[in-house]
Amino acid sequence: MSGKPVRVLVGKIGLDGHDRGAKVVAQALRDAGMEVIYTGLRQTPEQIVETALQEDVQVIGLSILSGAHMQLLPPVLEMLREQESHDIIVLVGGIIPEEDRVSLKESGVSEVFSPGSSTEQIVEFIKQKIKDNK
Amino acid sequence: MSNQEYKEELVRAKEAWQEKVNKALEKQPERKEFKLDSDLELDIVYDPLHREDFDYLSQLNWPGKYPYTRGIQPTMYRGRLWTMRQYAGFGSAEETNQRFRYLLQEGQTGLSVAFDLPTQIGYDSDHPLARGEVGKVGVAIDSLADMEILMDQIPLDQVSTSMTINAPAAVLLAMYMAVAEKQGIPMEKIKGTIQNDILKEYVARGTYIFPPRESMRLVVDIFSFAGEKIPNWNTISISGYHIREAGSTAVQEVAFTLGNGIAYVEAALEAGLEIDRFAPRLSFFFNAHSNFLEEVAKFRAARRIWARLMKERFNAKDPRSMMLRFHTQTAGSTLTAQQPDINLVRVGFQALSAVLGGTQSLHTNSRDEALALPSEQSVLLALRTQQVIGHEIGVTDTADPLGGAYFIESLTDHIEEEALKYIARIDEIGGAVEAIENGFIQQEIQASAYRYQKEIEAQKRVVVGVNRFAISGEQPIDLLKMDPSTSQRQVDRLKEVRLSRKQEAVASALQDLRKAAQSGANMMPCILTAVKAYATMGEICNTLRDVFGEYQQHNIL
Repeated sequence: MSGKPVRVLVGKIGLDGHDRGAKVVAQALRDAGMEVIYTGLRQTPEQIVETALQEDVQVIGLSILSGAHMQLLPPVLEMLREQESHDIIVLVGGIIPEEDRVSLKESGVSEVFSPGSSTEQIVEFIKQKIKDNK
Repeated sequence: MSNQEYKEELVRAKEAWQEKVNKALEKQPERKEFKLDSDLELDIVYDPLHREDFDYLSQLNWPGKYPYTRGIQPTMYRGRLWTMRQYAGFGSAEETNQRFRYLLQEGQTGLSVAFDLPTQIGYDSDHPLARGEVGKVGVAIDSLADMEILMDQIPLDQVSTSMTINAPAAVLLAMYMAVAEKQGIPMEKIKGTIQNDILKEYVARGTYIFPPRESMRLVVDIFSFAGEKIPNWNTISISGYHIREAGSTAVQEVAFTLGNGIAYVEAALEAGLEIDRFAPRLSFFFNAHSNFLEEVAKFRAARRIWARLMKERFNAKDPRSMMLRFHTQTAGSTLTAQQPDINLVRVGFQALSAVLGGTQSLHTNSRDEALALPSEQSVLLALRTQQVIGHEIGVTDTADPLGGAYFIESLTDHIEEEALKYIARIDEIGGAVEAIENGFIQQEIQASAYRYQKEIEAQKRVVVGVNRFAISGEQPIDLLKMDPSTSQRQVDRLKEVRLSRKQEAVASALQDLRKAAQSGANMMPCILTAVKAYATMGEICNTLRDVFGEYQQHNIL
């Protein structure tokens, strides 16, 4: 990648404590030359948006496996729109049923990565998406 | 022939065999490197030369005899099979009560309660942070009123109940005792387990509330209180399961679990408890992962290490203090969303390793758990898997049937050796609490998790249906649908409870709890009083938050 490295926020939203995937992805993005801010556990939608804006990231990756995604993810997208920051790419990883995946993508999530996705796929997706947005 | 002559003959014979191996390798090179996660390179075959200084009595002995390598009971499964205990809980107390009664009717022999995240983190269902989480990964319990419904028509003197609850374990235990009392059951009759293993929450599972040292005090209060009042209750289930799920190796699972175990024992001793008063009620919880023989050896090694630690390091005298009793769950992280029926096969092998490793109870995962909470049909298949192992395939007919196999014993020794090295490092750091506070354990687990993922992506590790043998255009399967109105009904019931109780009783119970927390007195009696007055989970935990503060995670990447 040329120029400044991509800045990514990797966050755990809600009360879910499963952070293996989030940490593995964070490390893989870092190994791919991106700058990663990892929030740790138990973030509210408000905290995620606030940190994303503060840290001036281009990508937000949210991990959730507790099933609360339909209550917690739409507020993130809404707040980003209100802040006119909807150009931030939002990615989701976790256990997300098919119908919710469709609805999340309609409301502005760029991609949902389910169990079995490779970190390589995620890195490639981000690179491609940033290129397209330029 | 003398022993020496026989050994020389063995060495000669092995040299001759080695020539044959070399020829075979010329014709057909090996498919790959054969290595364990602990970096042990595996030999082609294991033989008596691997076991030269082997001493049956000190290393193995018979089942039910120290150091319990071959199992903790003299006749193992010939007397009684392990407890078939499926972890279940979702939505409201009513829905979960129904699932429990279904499982018991289908031949399950113990209950295992899954709580939702707000309950596990000590928030009431109407707390802002409970948004979207009520009844999702388990059942919501806000007050004694919910627990009464959860255990409705379940005879608590006949069923043993395991509760996966950690930071607020004292509160749920108190609720269970209160329900049993209402059913008219004497306290010495109730049987079960609370997980109550806070240390692994900081490194692997995430449902902590208070800082480590204050949390350890709660754990010890439970040891002391339960030891007196409910002698058949397992006061802790020291868990490697989640450490493994977070990405550790088998060796790390054993080492970090037993390292945490040592920390609990030391905390209890420091508080003045006598080793043989509380140690017999310590129990453990391990993962059954994919590498079948390594897992069998892991369980056997864990038993031997713990027995020796208890006897030699802590001078336990009661054999029950030295027996490592454990529950096992098959590895959730190995389940795939792709071709989910393959999971039935994975779970079958993993469960078999737990049985060959001598588990006391077992949960088998359902095939659809990488997609959603399991459907009733999937849970039934998972239970049937255990019943097939227990009743059809003969592995329960003799105790420790793999004992003595050259490879199994070598592997058991290897895991023991490597785990002891880690335990020595944790001791050097100053114990498990220190090793968690300085991030050592988290970093070790994370490095293993990352390596594991990289191995999958490099195809060094095959996941059938994912990185090999994948298919496109999969057919969706029927998944459990959650009732979206559960959350509202739960909040309504909570409000009703708050209105209908005696407020003075609640206020004074919480005040007493605050005083106990401040003074260092045992908090359990106050929690029991508060629960009986229908104080809520949130009220009780907030009282303790005020005194203890909350744990702030360090994000180490």
